[in-house]
Amino acid sequence: MYFESLTAFLQMGHHGPYVWSAYGISALLVATNLYWAHRRQRTVLNEIRRLARRQQSGL
Amino acid sequence: MIWKTLKRWYHQLGSPRYFYRFSEAVLPWLWPIALLVTTVGLVWGLAFAPEDYQQGNSYRIIFIHVPAASAALLGYISIGVAGLVNLVWRMKMAEVMIKAIAPFGAVLAAIALITGAIWGKPTWGTYWVWDARLTSMLIMLFLYLGIMALIHAISDPRQAGRAAGLLAVVGVINVIIVKYSVEWWHSLHQGSTIKLTGETTMPAEMLIPLLLSMLGIYLLFAVSVLWRARAELLWRERKSAWVKELL
Repeated sequence: MYFESLTAFLQMGHHGPYVWSAYGISALLVATNLYWAHRRQRTVLNEIRRLARRQQSGL
Repeated sequence: MIWKTLKRWYHQLGSPRYFYRFSEAVLPWLWPIALLVTTVGLVWGLAFAPEDYQQGNSYRIIFIHVPAASAALLGYISIGVAGLVNLVWRMKMAEVMIKAIAPFGAVLAAIALITGAIWGKPTWGTYWVWDARLTSMLIMLFLYLGIMALIHAISDPRQAGRAAGLLAVVGVINVIIVKYSVEWWHSLHQGSTIKLTGETTMPAEMLIPLLLSMLGIYLLFAVSVLWRARAELLWRERKSAWVKELL
């Protein structure tokens, strides 16, 4: 590790708020987006199943 | 030989059913690798790379800023190519790809802008200036959003794909402007650190984590594109036999 202590790592020599907010916002955006992308597959499959069931029951 | 292989790939991956199976085989190991490479690159950059002698620790934003910006550019070029393929050959798969690439591309462009603004404050003393690099990157975000809006606004998927493809192709001009903006105009933004040709002006202990982060973000991008393309394919092909077999 480059930093001497955990506090120094978190403070980043007065640049902590900049670095950590940049990483935090990015992680949040990427994670949310990946979650949506993954969930979309299941949503679509469920919707197709629902349509198929409706067709089978003749409605 | 190479041409033949490429042609075969083009036709195979252009087939929805083949693409679906291919992505199913690739994804189980692609997403863990993507996550691992990104994590290693970012942790290395945050905690193990040395400080910059001019900018101090604020420069560590580079490990997310540059990968996001370059992936956003690469994503836009891919949309442009898909748009062109679709305009020329009316390829269904190209429409699917445009729709699958745009959301994560937009997120990456937004990340590049946000992290750049945050980085600008301690480095330039301001979050934002209307200079060539920043403005052209903002236009790229709007192009991504425009493509997404266009696809949602037109109910016929084939027409939507064609319109979005056209916008994508025209917007490629902006990619060139983003790329060369720091050379053509006086800009607050620094020139590129990594060069494909010529010497890279960065020591290895910073360059390696940066390259790892870039690779990781590219792979995450690929994962998100595959997931979205699969969902889109299922929906478009919902009346075909191969989708019914999956139910």
